[in-house]
Amino acid sequence: MSERTIAARAADFATESVGARALLIAVSIAFLSLFLFLPLAIVFAQAFAHGIGAYFAAFVDPDARAAIALTLTIAVVAVPLNAAFGVAAAWAIAKFEFVGKNVLTTLIDLPFSVSPVVAGLVFVLVFGAQGVLGSWVAAHGLRIIFAPTGIVLATLFVTFPFVARELIPLMQQQGVAEEEAALTLGAGGLRAFFTVTLPNVRWALLYGVLLCNARAMGEFGAVSVVSGHIRGLTNTIPLQVEILYNEYNIVAAFALASLLALLALVTLALKAYLEWRIVGAVAHGRAR
Amino acid sequence: MSAQSPTVERDDDLAAARPGRGANAAGQRIEIAGVGKRFGGQPILEAIDLTIAPGELVALLGPSGSGKTTLLRIIAGLEAADSGRLSFGDDDATRLTVQQRRVGFVFQSYALFRHMTVFDNIAYGLTVRPRRARPSRREIARRVDELIDMMQLPGLGARYPAQLSGGQRQRVALARAMAIEPRVLLLDEPFGALDAKVRKELRGWLREIHDRTGLTTVFVTHDQSEAMDLADRVAVLNAGRIEQVGTPRQLSETPSTPFVRQFLA
Repeated sequence: MSERTIAARAADFATESVGARALLIAVSIAFLSLFLFLPLAIVFAQAFAHGIGAYFAAFVDPDARAAIALTLTIAVVAVPLNAAFGVAAAWAIAKFEFVGKNVLTTLIDLPFSVSPVVAGLVFVLVFGAQGVLGSWVAAHGLRIIFAPTGIVLATLFVTFPFVARELIPLMQQQGVAEEEAALTLGAGGLRAFFTVTLPNVRWALLYGVLLCNARAMGEFGAVSVVSGHIRGLTNTIPLQVEILYNEYNIVAAFALASLLALLALVTLALKAYLEWRIVGAVAHGRAR
Repeated sequence: MSAQSPTVERDDDLAAARPGRGANAAGQRIEIAGVGKRFGGQPILEAIDLTIAPGELVALLGPSGSGKTTLLRIIAGLEAADSGRLSFGDDDATRLTVQQRRVGFVFQSYALFRHMTVFDNIAYGLTVRPRRARPSRREIARRVDELIDMMQLPGLGARYPAQLSGGQRQRVALARAMAIEPRVLLLDEPFGALDAKVRKELRGWLREIHDRTGLTTVFVTHDQSEAMDLADRVAVLNAGRIEQVGTPRQLSETPSTPFVRQFLA
């Protein structure tokens, strides 16, 4: 009993009054409801506004199917590539000393500080018909701008930082002693990487991949610039949603949007789970 | 097999190579000749000459920044010397990679693989061998169990490093280094991360392991009492140079420089 009262008293001293706490909580809940829960509810309410039949009819449309297929394709190509690039960049930055390391660290963050629209425009200026490499691209019979290739490139650019930024702080904290131990025990560099480095960051890597995937599927700005909005060919789900909405095809627009909302919810749940694992892993490491 | 005491007689091959000093198949001579190292123009080590006899237990003693850990890492091949030569036994080791040198290295904070069990940690050096040189799974298990026994870690094979005490981690690190049947044993501040009581206990125990295996052993320390208690010979380092090499007795009776006298006082 005494322990409880002491804890309660300490809490009294350390925190706000009951009234202030209630107010803060009420404001937070009101804000979350207005800006997060309500929009999410509206997405599903609008999607099912004309019943389940109309909802599923939206996915029968060939353009919608093409958009879903293209979005999945983009993610399947871009996410593994950025996982690999992210791991490589994080490995270099966290475990090695080299000239230009600070520049590389800053560059990794560039996609976060550049507007996605600008990122898309850059690719148009490089690979487009009037672009720097435009004639070379055309001469080799390649299509990059207004084609899935360009969408992949834009997505790669926008989602590059997610994996690397997740891994760098964890890898730096873990240091290089375990890798060195592996080398003295006879393991080669790659072997040490796959048996020691990678397993030590596996949860953070999954977490980064998850965020990267969510962004790859949901990206609008950069993709919108390079896609050309060709129905059934270069429209991803977000672009298709915009087109449907502009045509007042509300049910179909929100039905497709509900897919992205579901993706967000799944991402959120997995993210919470992974965060819990990472906290465990870090505590594991600190206990050394 | 009994695991109660390290003094218990054992009939495995590690115990067969005893006692350690001098003529022993397990011990290899380490010869360091004119080893120098600079970092950013600043000399870390200057013309180090040191010969360590087969089966000898030598301490590299010095204050922080004296270059003792760098010297140990150069012996291991974790760092490259700018000049000088290094040999193990009759083999020139100067150009050997860290993997080829096959040294048993115990890191200051142990550097145990945190995502592997004690068993897998100890087995690591055997499991990463190329297929033709790799013992069978059964043979690996036998050797790991033997080391777990020898290092008095009974029943801890399935634990993770985070679940062990400091002293236990130390012994796992040593077992892991011994598993590869190293040519020499190198320890970086082996007792640095332990509290005073455990430190004393492990000191005597390390001496015993050394004598039993007969491995040529070099350890780094900044603690003069540790070096004097434990080592056959002590090399005192200061600012990248060896001030004096000798038995603990020689050092305390006839220190050759004011630094040595002061550092050992």
